[in-house]
Amino acid sequence: MLDKSLIDSIKSISDSISFDEESQIFNIEKVDEWLEISTKVKELGFDYLMCITSIDLEDGNLSLAYNLNSTGSQASLEFNLIFSADAEVPSVESLWKTADWHEREAYDMMGIKFSGHPDMKRILLPHDWEGHPLKKDYEVADYYHGMYVPKDKTSWE
Amino acid sequence: MSDSKLIDNSNIHTEDMVLNMGPQHPSTHGVLRLKIHTDGEVVSKIEPIIGYLHRCFEKHSENLTYEQVIPFTDRCDYLSSMHMTHAYSMAVEKMLDLEIPERVEYIRVITAELQRIASHVFFIGVFGLDLGAITPVTWMFKDRERIIDLFEMLTGARLLYNYVWPGGVSHDIPEKFVQRTKEFLDEFEPKLVEIDQLLSTNKIFIERTADVGVLDKDIAINYGVSGPTLRASGVDFDLRKKEPYSIYDKLDFEVPVGKGDMGTVGDSWDRYNVRYLEIKESIKILRQCLDSIPEGDVHEALPRKIRPKKGTIYSRYESSRGDVGFYIKSDGKNIPSRVKMRSPAFSNLCILPYLSEGWMISDVITILGSLDIVLGEIDR
Repeated sequence: MLDKSLIDSIKSISDSISFDEESQIFNIEKVDEWLEISTKVKELGFDYLMCITSIDLEDGNLSLAYNLNSTGSQASLEFNLIFSADAEVPSVESLWKTADWHEREAYDMMGIKFSGHPDMKRILLPHDWEGHPLKKDYEVADYYHGMYVPKDKTSWE
Repeated sequence: MSDSKLIDNSNIHTEDMVLNMGPQHPSTHGVLRLKIHTDGEVVSKIEPIIGYLHRCFEKHSENLTYEQVIPFTDRCDYLSSMHMTHAYSMAVEKMLDLEIPERVEYIRVITAELQRIASHVFFIGVFGLDLGAITPVTWMFKDRERIIDLFEMLTGARLLYNYVWPGGVSHDIPEKFVQRTKEFLDEFEPKLVEIDQLLSTNKIFIERTADVGVLDKDIAINYGVSGPTLRASGVDFDLRKKEPYSIYDKLDFEVPVGKGDMGTVGDSWDRYNVRYLEIKESIKILRQCLDSIPEGDVHEALPRKIRPKKGTIYSRYESSRGDVGFYIKSDGKNIPSRVKMRSPAFSNLCILPYLSEGWMISDVITILGSLDIVLGEIDR
């Protein structure tokens, strides 16, 4: 359970932040404001970015979950951004360097575009890979570099 | 003509050399490729290229039931499989709001600490090997083998155990397991002095590691570094103390942090020493647990079917490499809608370009070795 004063001070940063009591998650409606919001959040002592998770919501929208931690007070926060699949999200690489590789992974796996990232390219998959595999509507290509990709694998068993 | 040079160097054309290390290289601890830009022998830039071991763990998880994901987590960090299954099980338990029997928690901590010793012992061996010392690796493998034998006795498998399940463990510990583990500890503990004599105070080892790759506290936090690598930089951060899970709040142990005994705080020697000291703490924890393991049924809390209600969860766990996080999103079905693993070595490796800048190529091996990465976990 988060501290009441902490919740209020985070909510006062911007009008687009809403707090969900049950799940203890901050939801952000306007993605464009994310860099300004996160700058203020970092000033509150949240110096450790644990994880960035990209989620396909299957209704044309994508979501990003940022899990932050404060090494001083040990408080943990979660911010949730929901945006349409073609929107650009401001990169927080300048605030937390962890975000560099995590954002590259989110781009690689989910196709989320980050604005202001210094080196946006694929990280886990080969650079010539087509599509973003963690999207729910991803379909395996028929050929990879001229090699046929077998889809019926019953004969392997 | 004393003031004129015989050779005029100003017009010589120089350029950076790009050296490729890996994907198959003994010092990269797996299949990691490093693109090293060097100015002579000095490194000016490093580009780590990862993904060679990518096995689609997260995509697979979306098509499997919660139980079926457990063996996949084993294979993420194959040097500390127990930690991975424990971390995943804890996340699922948090979703289900399960109460775990005391005996299960004790067994889990015993396996986790044995695994931590095995992983750190392995690190000391291969770190020595990276620096050209052959003896440590042969000695350390001997001790690690004893732990693996214990795990074989416990689970039937030597590396990938599938032992910790959400709600419990797969089966109770065998009759003689506690006694055998105590015997192992009694034999292993005096041997730690040998490690000290072999590496910690070795002159060549100190010269290769002290003051090399100094990682500053603030930068470590900014890069999301965790585990022994972070603690070596002087940050007293251990989830077992800060956010105690399982029974760690009942146990008495210290958290070793880097003090810069041989050079600066946060150098490669500190990263080695913190792991060495952690072995001692793990032995301390093991002795406490083995003496007071309660009776009970390990299958008591196993859920008949795992079907968490809608929502998301983020759970943290202190593995031998650092802070493992599991982000799980549930749609209310028996298969997870999204599983994301926050891999500690993934964030630890991303500091390598920063740390290696300005060092010689041979020091890059030292720095990379001291980060103790496992590529299976980075690539997932």
